[in-house]
Amino acid sequence: MAVELQHPVPAASWETRAWWEGCGRGELVLQRCGACGKVQHKPRAVCATCLSSEIEHFVASGRGQVYTFTVTHQNQAPGFREACPYVLAYVELEEGPRLLTNVIGCDPGEVSVGMPVVVDFAPVDDEREAFAVPRFRPA
Amino acid sequence: MTLSGQIAIAGVYEHPTRWAPEKTEFQIMAECARGALRDCGLSLDDVDGLFAASMSMGAMGVCNLAEYLNLKPRHLDGTNIGGSSFVAHVSHAAAAIHAGLCEVALILYGSTAASNALAIGTGLGGGGRDPAQAFVSPYGMTTVGSYALVAQRHMHEYGTTSEQLAEIAVTMRRHAALNPEAKMRAPIEVADVLASRVISEPLHLLDCCIISDGGGAVVVTSAERARDLARPVVLLQGCGEAVCHQEVGAPDLLTIAASQSGAQALGMAGVSHDDVDLCTIYDSFTITLLLTLENLGFCKPGEGGAFVEGGRIGLGGALPVNPDGGGLSSNHPGMRGIFLVIEAARQLRGECSERQVEGAEVAMVHGTGGTLGILHTGATLVLARA
Repeated sequence: MAVELQHPVPAASWETRAWWEGCGRGELVLQRCGACGKVQHKPRAVCATCLSSEIEHFVASGRGQVYTFTVTHQNQAPGFREACPYVLAYVELEEGPRLLTNVIGCDPGEVSVGMPVVVDFAPVDDEREAFAVPRFRPA
Repeated sequence: MTLSGQIAIAGVYEHPTRWAPEKTEFQIMAECARGALRDCGLSLDDVDGLFAASMSMGAMGVCNLAEYLNLKPRHLDGTNIGGSSFVAHVSHAAAAIHAGLCEVALILYGSTAASNALAIGTGLGGGGRDPAQAFVSPYGMTTVGSYALVAQRHMHEYGTTSEQLAEIAVTMRRHAALNPEAKMRAPIEVADVLASRVISEPLHLLDCCIISDGGGAVVVTSAERARDLARPVVLLQGCGEAVCHQEVGAPDLLTIAASQSGAQALGMAGVSHDDVDLCTIYDSFTITLLLTLENLGFCKPGEGGAFVEGGRIGLGGALPVNPDGGGLSSNHPGMRGIFLVIEAARQLRGECSERQVEGAEVAMVHGTGGTLGILHTGATLVLARA
């Protein structure tokens, strides 16, 4: 792509802060329920399967595969307009959850469903927070 | 007692405008209210339930609208679940009327999306400081892009082709040619769709709905009262609503809200797919219509591509869909659900001249709201000529 994607700074609530801070350290931090064992994403303070508050965190492998994708040729929003064409995708992590993300580091025409990918963190420009945005590149 | 068959669509009106830079949203809604009340022979004084949503109405929006119309209804509903809202408003109004909370419900929509140059499909996917949006906003998701993710997955799992999706756009344009008020009436072929520029792969420009100004109104009342009014009675036989989201991390992109809301509506109506004479389906994109047909159960998952081929969903086919030309060719002022209700009612009343589905007795209406691959709603109605 001609111009690198400029990711808007994500806003965190205290429920989602562990995710974004983890990304800042180079880790994908997922949640697992201590009561029923269900892995859930996006993060929340209660288990959306059994309503337990016993939420545990663990670091995911960062590996997955492209579940589906689209090559975006038109987006008039600043920061994305200049980066077209870019790849918007769902990546299915080895641990199960599917993340909405971008696939970078290759020609958009080379992306395919099922392609193995690995996480790649882009630091965000925010002097108050050490967050990063997780994207994926070919494994 | 079930409300099936107890509630009627008494009056409808679709604003003829497709470009109204000189009008406001509320003005368009008021003109539509006038049209729908005249249609059934009622007046503003008869209205005791008000239902509305729009692109710009916020938390108190329906109250602002009540003030604009100088109405003091005894039942208010500003439910906004995206473009399907107005389909849901019909079932909400039916429940309220059935429960005695109001008797004459007015459902309104108006928009100047086109003359405001709203880039609905490819311009709203920016940043924002909402933590709930932070899992989407960093990635440049557009409305078209969210549906494109679904289309790509459907193609991968089932071999659905761009040609099959294009057939839907061609059919809607053929219908629009029979609708004097449709915005886009010049015939197109499959090759034209494939040759139009790619917006978000695999969706081309002509796979996407148009953007217009416009509005509509629907008057809902009891079947008993509707029998004394001016127009043929259209009965609500079944309804359903559903929401599809990210669940706890692994959404099934190809099972959409229509599978739940459609099954409920058909069950409540006690009709089978073979009984349905036509459908009005929210066609924000070609893939939306295809996936809705599958999820409503008109064909099996994965068979939608073959189903829409050969003129089956065109006028004269086995299951005509959107005889007005739909959002792909007639009108799409941001939230299109109300037009699905209006066209279905008019078809069942037999007043659609050149685009009339002959002998239409049962219609299925399905609206999708939100973004199909991310977070969306569905609302279904089964309507029947009394």
